[in-house]
Amino acid sequence: MTSEHPCQCAQVSEEELYPRLEEMIEQHKGKPTELIMALHKAQNLFGYLPKKAQEIISERLNVPISTVCGVISFYSFFSTVPKGRHSIKVCLGTACYVRGGQQTLEKVEKELNTKVGGTTDDRRFSVDVVRCIGACGLAPAMLVDNDVYGRVKSTKIMEILNKYE
Amino acid sequence: MNTIRLSINGQVVEVEKGSTILDAAKKANIHIPTLCYLPEVQAIGACRVCLVEIEGIGNLQAACVHPAIEGMKVHTNTEKVRKARRFSVEMILSNHPMECLTCARNLNCELQKVAQELGVNEIRFAGEKSKGIIDESSPSIRRDNNKCILCRRCVTVCEAIQSVSALSLQGRGFETQVMPAFENGLGEVACTNCGQCSLVCPVGAITEKDDTQAVWDALSDPTKFVIIQDAPAVRAALGEEFGYPPGTLVTGKMLAAARKLGFDRVFDTNFAADLTIIEEGSELLKRVKEGGKLPLITSCSPGWIKFIEHFYPELLPHLSTCKSPHQMLGALCKTYFAKKEGINPKDMVVVSVMPCTAKKFECTRPEMTDSGYKDVDYVLTTREFAKMIKEAGIDFRNLEDGTYDNPMGEYTGAATIFGATGGVMEAALRTAYELATGKTLEDIDFVQVRGLNGIKEATIPVEGIGDVKVAVAHGLGNARKLMERIKSGEAGYHFIEIMACPGGCVGGGGQPIPVDARIRTLRAQALYSEDKSLKYRKSHENPSIKKIYEEFLKEPLGEKSHKLLHTKYTPRNRY
Repeated sequence: MTSEHPCQCAQVSEEELYPRLEEMIEQHKGKPTELIMALHKAQNLFGYLPKKAQEIISERLNVPISTVCGVISFYSFFSTVPKGRHSIKVCLGTACYVRGGQQTLEKVEKELNTKVGGTTDDRRFSVDVVRCIGACGLAPAMLVDNDVYGRVKSTKIMEILNKYE
Repeated sequence: MNTIRLSINGQVVEVEKGSTILDAAKKANIHIPTLCYLPEVQAIGACRVCLVEIEGIGNLQAACVHPAIEGMKVHTNTEKVRKARRFSVEMILSNHPMECLTCARNLNCELQKVAQELGVNEIRFAGEKSKGIIDESSPSIRRDNNKCILCRRCVTVCEAIQSVSALSLQGRGFETQVMPAFENGLGEVACTNCGQCSLVCPVGAITEKDDTQAVWDALSDPTKFVIIQDAPAVRAALGEEFGYPPGTLVTGKMLAAARKLGFDRVFDTNFAADLTIIEEGSELLKRVKEGGKLPLITSCSPGWIKFIEHFYPELLPHLSTCKSPHQMLGALCKTYFAKKEGINPKDMVVVSVMPCTAKKFECTRPEMTDSGYKDVDYVLTTREFAKMIKEAGIDFRNLEDGTYDNPMGEYTGAATIFGATGGVMEAALRTAYELATGKTLEDIDFVQVRGLNGIKEATIPVEGIGDVKVAVAHGLGNARKLMERIKSGEAGYHFIEIMACPGGCVGGGGQPIPVDARIRTLRAQALYSEDKSLKYRKSHENPSIKKIYEEFLKEPLGEKSHKLLHTKYTPRNRY
């Protein structure tokens, strides 16, 4: 199934991306203070931060691996879980929360059998929470990739998600 | 002017530029409570227990990080300060398990002490508590994150002093925990088991793995022949657990207590330290004469061994192949001594009392079974040994001095200084010099290698060989610096001594808490004074050592030595 997929990340295997990682972090070699920059690059490359990438960054930048993991686990932007082909971001900003964002989220979690921060087993969706996407007038709002959905009712959710393969 | 004058509680104090308010208060004998602060290691103002009021500054400031400034007026004892400090501690307690009565650090807990000092007499905030992991993966160290107060002392000592960085803060906010990478246990990562984290932990979150029950079980089993041995550094620190000031030598009472606990034989690791010197000294001369791998690096410190295996596996051929002294003694108990006494080694239990948590791991290494059995069955730290003495109701302070048993108890001054940084080097030089030249060494005090400088170097002219260049490092951060010098080829050393813990074994991870530079120095002085007081001060003069070579080992580096006293090492990776 992955081989048929149009997205580039699925065409190139993770192993094949490591030489590119090495190139990308070359300029940060031996510079522990540039850890976050290197992690950003790696996450953009892989879609998440695989263990092996963390070890390479630790080695090249001369930062202990425990510190690398500490930084990754501190910043919510970084993920150690592979991302799905499509990202779902349920808004839990004040307006969306008041108008039922939490129920939207629970429905998504239940239907996809995963939790916030998680990815479905078939790597189709990753589920995250965001705090306000500036669509308060449409609350409760949800993003799938770059598409904004407003006034999301829990009964409508599967209909939306079915559009994404 | 390089000094600053400020007033604390109306009292004028003069301190050096660069001092903190806490330094100034100490100088004025004004007590400011602290929790995350650790002299020589960490000052980060995280716990907010050392808050003080400064005139003209609205918010209270942390004394451990705030600089002392000319003309500053500080108050450490106002209602605002007392309330704020108490509040900080109450917040920590609101997320603490309150298992004080059953905690290993009961009565020696800094949180307990500070809560009492600040008059915390009720728990005002009861809410959800964060859930921490309990890590029992290491044979040396046990961590209970539920008790952790996130002071970061362990993280800092592991990174800044030991350069190991096995531990770091993981996660954020309420879910923050101190952990190795990838949520692994300490037993699964590049941890050296040095136990410095357990020394600096203010609470009971990091302790040695408790092996006392296993030793009690052996002692109560009539079919077991139980042997105890004590490391050199234990006698210089054990007294602290019984109210003696640091630096009190309690050799006689230590031996008497061991006998009262019911051990069948009381041997001394110092005997094996002398043996180590004969073997290692011979190894050094052999490598020098035959062009073997130099510098030769000592191998007595199992924290250091695990460090080099993880971080410098390419340098492993430099290590002496000698086992650490207590492992040598264990192997000899179950062979030489078992045969001599007609005891089946299967029924023998060897217990080592060590200043060290890393030796708990060491005795479980698969290569430490050359006697055909586990050479050393259990390792107890100085702290655990003290605990057993207390549990047994032994009145330590009023014990008559005891003695060790033969044939593996007698020791020289060279052995006893093994417990301090530079001691193994000094002991080796005393013997190697005489072995190499055949002449008597008159001035045997190699003071150049003593003391707490991180890296010490000396050049000793030896007739027939030339100048012997030696170096000594203690603390793994300093060891790393020396290894880098070896790798770059800039240093032409012949012989290097490394001890994993700052100060050497006197500051070992299994020693009584607290430990600081002053206490390390006092403990080392106790060992050097014992050295001075002994009849024999060179390992090769030990009559029992001569005897064991005659009766059993035959010759240094011989076949028996090779089998029982030497070992090999395992390259390990960093992740």
